[in-house]
Amino acid sequence: MQALTDRAENVDRKPMNFLERMYLPAIFKGMLITFRHIFTRNPTIQYPEQKRAFSPVFRGLQILNRDEEGRENCTACGLCAVACPAEAITMEAAERLPGEENLYREEKYAAKYEINMLRCIFCGLCEEACPKDAIYLSETFTPADYQRKQFVYNKQDLLIPNPVTDKEAYEKALGNRPKKHLDN
Amino acid sequence: MFLSIELATIIEKLILIVIVVMGSLVVAMYTTFAERKVAGWLQDRPGPNRAGPFGMFQPLADGLKLFFKEEIIPNFSSKALFVMGPALAMMTAIMTSAVIPWGDKVHLFDRDISLQIADINIGILYVFGVVSLGVYGIMIGAWASNNKYSLMGGLRAASQIISYELAMGISIIALLMFTGTLSLKEMVLQQQAGHWNIIYQPLGFLIFIICAFAECNRTPFDLAEAESELIGGYHTEYSSMKLGFYLFAEYINMFISSAVMASLYFGGYDVPFFNEAAHADMGNWLALIGLGAFLIKIVIFIFIFMWVRWTVPRFRYDQLMHLGWRILIPLALFNMLATGAAILYFGK
Amino acid sequence: MGITTISFILLSLMAVGSGIMMILSKNPVNSILWLIVLFFAISGHYILLNAQFLAIVNIIVYAGAIMVLFLFVVMLMNLNAESEPAKNHRLQLIAIISGGSLLLILLSAIMTVKEAHPVMVAAGNAGLIKTLGKVLFTDYVLPFEISSVLFLSAMVGAVVIGKKD
Repeated sequence: MQALTDRAENVDRKPMNFLERMYLPAIFKGMLITFRHIFTRNPTIQYPEQKRAFSPVFRGLQILNRDEEGRENCTACGLCAVACPAEAITMEAAERLPGEENLYREEKYAAKYEINMLRCIFCGLCEEACPKDAIYLSETFTPADYQRKQFVYNKQDLLIPNPVTDKEAYEKALGNRPKKHLDN
Repeated sequence: MFLSIELATIIEKLILIVIVVMGSLVVAMYTTFAERKVAGWLQDRPGPNRAGPFGMFQPLADGLKLFFKEEIIPNFSSKALFVMGPALAMMTAIMTSAVIPWGDKVHLFDRDISLQIADINIGILYVFGVVSLGVYGIMIGAWASNNKYSLMGGLRAASQIISYELAMGISIIALLMFTGTLSLKEMVLQQQAGHWNIIYQPLGFLIFIICAFAECNRTPFDLAEAESELIGGYHTEYSSMKLGFYLFAEYINMFISSAVMASLYFGGYDVPFFNEAAHADMGNWLALIGLGAFLIKIVIFIFIFMWVRWTVPRFRYDQLMHLGWRILIPLALFNMLATGAAILYFGK
Repeated sequence: MGITTISFILLSLMAVGSGIMMILSKNPVNSILWLIVLFFAISGHYILLNAQFLAIVNIIVYAGAIMVLFLFVVMLMNLNAESEPAKNHRLQLIAIISGGSLLLILLSAIMTVKEAHPVMVAAGNAGLIKTLGKVLFTDYVLPFEISSVLFLSAMVGAVVIGKKD
């Protein structure tokens, strides 16, 4: 039979010679190999103290963004919900009332915004669909919980900390991911 | 013999027994830790390192865990025998240490104290006898569990130990022909100043170490507790400290057989490249240096036990019997014959 | 009463007691275990007689090897209460007669002994390995060699059986 690739290796079925039948040389060879591994660097990361850096394209938990003045970006247009292949996003829109200009950036806002993290597949299509730079995927992953209902994240869970009142937490939540909307 | 024992000797021996038993327990405890560490190093990981500095308190944590586990005695087991199994395993494991010469004499309180509990003139046979009893702990526990896996493990252990005892005995006979004594102390004394028996009995040592692996139920001969086919083998039904006793007995056996190998073939407490006779003025320090050298040899052997365990895969049962009966026994017989011929030719 | 006498009495009690228990045990595994205890008691007697070699060889060969094989076989057999052979009265009668005649022989043998040396402690050196070896290789060299040939042939036989694939 002709081999499909050049990677195939034929098994050697010759009868073993005396040295091979003694097995001892093979055992010593194996022991030498394991002994050498004592001196190799071990790749263990001591988890709670050390953490492996996320890759730059890592897509984690969603976050709802605010602008520099701490106003919510989201206008409840529903594009993210439409784009979502897992149908994890639901929202209800509401109209901004006079006097709420410091809370919401535009006249329409999301009164209710829920993401079911058990359905979400972290594909990032919501982020790509959003015209207002209101939702993006952060560098954290969903923490474990005991109840299913805890995994339906509401707006309070998703909102980024206010940059005016809590600058430090805002910077931290923003993370190091390149923001494509801010680039162009 | 019994009547002439004075009180001081009794106290001296009692203290020595307590030290040796406690010492072997502590060593066994830290051998479990060392096993996990060595396994880690050989597999490119750090091993247990959370409990205390470098994980030093890991064996204490393990022991504590075992003590607080629930004691389960199966309903249809023979209860007395079920409890007796691990106790026997532990007892036979500790008993062997009685004849091992840990070091030369120490001069304390105007007395010459020998660092050996009992220098009986049949020392090596005593070791052999106690080791051959070691299988009872496994067999009784296995049978009393009333579990098919346990029974299989027990049967495997029994036939394995009987098969390898033969080759071990014959390899020792060759050594006895060479040394002309059964006392471990005298054997060690003969090997002082670098005349180690390994030089004259390399084949015998190879057979002996393979059989020692088999007698200790260590990988590649751990068929009695082969996890992949027999769950836990003979200790499937055991929990809590009874299981701990079985595991502990294995490590004590490892320690003692390392000590036996060191004193039979590697000069016991003889320090290599060091003339003890020329430094007789060092007194007690000399004995302590000897003890240290002996312990280092033991540690090296224990490391070899572990190194082999984490390198060589387990034998199949027919391979085990094949190796024991068709290779080791004829080889040991040949070794005995060759030794006899050499002694006859060279006149010792 | 010296320590030797005390240990002799203790060992004898242990030997007789475990012998009786071995016969009385219903379970064959328990019987074997009592038999092992009996071997230990006998080894203790050997040590009292300063025959350490015999003592340890008794343990290695009987307790360490033969009894392990016994235990091995008994464990492999499924000995339930139902599989016990039916006892009939004729069998019991025969057993009583044969056992009784053995007892009579033993009693007569004990009665004819003129002088009894109950314990000969530490005096004899007949059981030491040096004496034993000398006797075996001088006075009894022929039977010794014949039995060694027997053992060798048994060993060779075992290897040959192993070679048959």
